[in-house]
Amino acid sequence: MAMLNFERKYRIRGGTLVGGDLFDFWFGAFYVGFFGITAAFFSLLGTALLVYGAAIGPTWNLWQINIAPPDLSYGLGLAPLHAGGIWQLVTICAVGAFVSWALREVEICRKLGMGYHVPVAFSSAILAYVTLQIVRPVLLGAWGHAFPYGIFSHLDWVSNIAYQYLHFHYNPAHMVAVTFFFTTVLALALHGSLVLSALNPPKGEVVKGAEHENTFFRDNIGYSIGTLGIHRFGLLLAINAGVWSAICIVVSGPFWTRSWTDWWAWWLNLPIWN
Amino acid sequence: MAEYQNLFTRVQVTAPHYPGIPHDPRGVWVRGVKASANYWLGKIGDAQIGPFYLGSTGVASILCFIIAFEIVGLNMLASVNWNPLQFIRQLFWLALEPPAPQYGLRIPPLSDGGWHLMAGFFLTMSVLLWWVRTYNLARKLKMGTHTAWAFASAIFLFLVLGFIRPVLMGSWSEGVPFGIFAHLDWTAAFSLRYGNLLYNPFHALSIVFLYGSVLLFAMHAGTIMAVSPSAVNAKWSSRSIAVPPPSARRSSGDGPWASTPPWNRFTAGHGGSRCCAP
Repeated sequence: MAMLNFERKYRIRGGTLVGGDLFDFWFGAFYVGFFGITAAFFSLLGTALLVYGAAIGPTWNLWQINIAPPDLSYGLGLAPLHAGGIWQLVTICAVGAFVSWALREVEICRKLGMGYHVPVAFSSAILAYVTLQIVRPVLLGAWGHAFPYGIFSHLDWVSNIAYQYLHFHYNPAHMVAVTFFFTTVLALALHGSLVLSALNPPKGEVVKGAEHENTFFRDNIGYSIGTLGIHRFGLLLAINAGVWSAICIVVSGPFWTRSWTDWWAWWLNLPIWN
Repeated sequence: MAEYQNLFTRVQVTAPHYPGIPHDPRGVWVRGVKASANYWLGKIGDAQIGPFYLGSTGVASILCFIIAFEIVGLNMLASVNWNPLQFIRQLFWLALEPPAPQYGLRIPPLSDGGWHLMAGFFLTMSVLLWWVRTYNLARKLKMGTHTAWAFASAIFLFLVLGFIRPVLMGSWSEGVPFGIFAHLDWTAAFSLRYGNLLYNPFHALSIVFLYGSVLLFAMHAGTIMAVSPSAVNAKWSSRSIAVPPPSARRSSGDGPWASTPPWNRFTAGHGGSRCCAP
């Protein structure tokens, strides 16, 4: 079933953002489009650069390969290829690929007459990435403040940044972000399990629908948000997880340089306690 | 002018509350009959609140939770010498700490971690009783018990942190303190103790599943919202996009959509003649 019968009806030209009919075609089941071409270009070039960086590096150990950003001494300038230049090109490629993919989603939404909710949600993840790799380094004045590309090396970066602010869990925006992450997982677990429980009743029972789902949740916790509402709520939670991740990292450094445990002193020193 | 309206966006229809699927009438506990509606809840989801089912495990669970909550709260209040103002001021810094290591798995004095054990016991009972209630409610409604098992995975983490790991380590002092900053401090100390918890392969897997769940929910919920009538209609009825001439279209097959591109499909109410007779 390379192509479902009804899919034919959706394969219509038009609705593109740029270039009219240029690249407005399908490759197998996949829509290509102008932004499909650019996404493929950036991701292939970026991956090739990472492999090149690994080749001129000290190891092929998958865990230890490290493509590091330029030294802080380069500031916001261009660095030689071997001293962080690869990292700079890879970052350009990554942003190019992510944005291309989001715009390709927009074109697909337009062809199908859908809302832009999926690309908007994806944009919150892109926002977090761009904040980490571009906005915060620019505000701090050096590309060296961005994280390196490598499995262990990016974990080391996270750990080091956390201890640079002594205790990152005290960052209030980080608290909010973590809460949104956990709540999103909770909401998805409840939503997924509820649907499965309605569709897989005990042996000999008929399959259940929305009335049973509503009744189960009203019985259990007193409220059922409803079949459409859970998706609106889940989307809101997930987007907030990305947005607050971006906020929690951009405030660390550009707007607060000391320990995050100290930040809470304003609360202890409020005049209302006297 | 035609304007699409549905229950979720522009208009909130007030109707009699839905009483819910009837339960098996046996047993002493019945579902409550009271329900209300909240306008602002209706902006996001269903406006109806309740009716709620209490049940014996529900009552027991709520009682256990209140006891645990009170033990933690009163211990914190005692730690600021029963000063309510300081209690609010220092709330995030206050904690009910687990016993000291020298007690091992023995029962310590109340003031030296005993209250922590007792709060942990009642909180665990509360959570386990709520699990039983979740399971039983699914069975009452002749549904699968998937929600109870999803809940069980969270309970498993809770039990590992507060009971299973301390028992395996041979000391209640391994437990997590109750308190906002206290549990964050515990987390940081735990990570440092093992070098760097980010290198723990199971922690890495856990993070992948956490982020993966958020990604999946964003994509799923985004897709559903994007095809829901409110989203589609709001977007496409108020906006016009140039329609390519018929000769430029490459559609195949028949049916109404063959002659009307999707990015113009929802303007039927305004344009009139173009599409969408079934």
